[in-house]
Amino acid sequence: MADQTSPSDPRAGFAPSRDPDDVTVAPDGRPMEEQPRWRQDFAIDTPEANFVARRDFTKFLVLTSGAFVAGQAWIAAKSLVRDRRPKPGRMRIASLAALPAGSATMFAYPGDHDPCLLIRMHDGKLLAYSQKCTHLSCAVIPEIDQGILRCPCHEGIFDLATGRNIAGPPPRPLPIIELEVIGDDVYAVGVTASTT
Amino acid sequence: MSKKTRRQLTRAQRLTVIYGVVCFVLVLVVLQLWLLTATVNAWLGDDDGVVWPALAASAGCLALNIGLLRSFLHR
Repeated sequence: MADQTSPSDPRAGFAPSRDPDDVTVAPDGRPMEEQPRWRQDFAIDTPEANFVARRDFTKFLVLTSGAFVAGQAWIAAKSLVRDRRPKPGRMRIASLAALPAGSATMFAYPGDHDPCLLIRMHDGKLLAYSQKCTHLSCAVIPEIDQGILRCPCHEGIFDLATGRNIAGPPPRPLPIIELEVIGDDVYAVGVTASTT
Repeated sequence: MSKKTRRQLTRAQRLTVIYGVVCFVLVLVVLQLWLLTATVNAWLGDDDGVVWPALAASAGCLALNIGLLRSFLHR
């Protein structure tokens, strides 16, 4: 639409002001006269619609950002609680006589819901790990002859000698159960977890 | 930026600025996601040293995001 009043015309001050943005733009950018009738009747200003869509998307992103901070705060709070928890005590888990070389047995340490494995290697060396895979907590199975602990859920593999994650999706080594042998008895005395 | 200057921007120009803001916010959110996963992994591995710095960094990202959103809403 062309202006009907020139800037010098006194009527210009009383004419309805027209914002250059105050136009309806179709998605293909062609003038409205070339658009189908339905779009002329129900016209949408595409730049304005895009502006609103992106504003809502940004609000959602900022909300997600807030959720991540809440998650970080939750971990920090859990960290404080964990620091105040007493260290697990000594617990007898097996006798050497009941554990021949090349075998393994299960026990729970430090809690009743923390399954662990005590393994006696062929050379008599004792090893103990948490049985929960560090990927999704499936139970790992010792394969002593192959020198590995295998998680059957997603084929995660840990080194039997060190507990390190050597293949598959597990992100961390298995927590190591510290052992103490007194006479014929094997005791669990602590848990050591690490990220590498 | 004064109101007078702001009015000179057309919707299409504002949309370009908004695209920049959205991209920046998106990068910060992805950074926060990475930070959260790394913190969870470290915490589960008994490494508490990263928990508080990660919380501070994530909160900084949120503050930046809120600032960018405010500039977006007032544009």
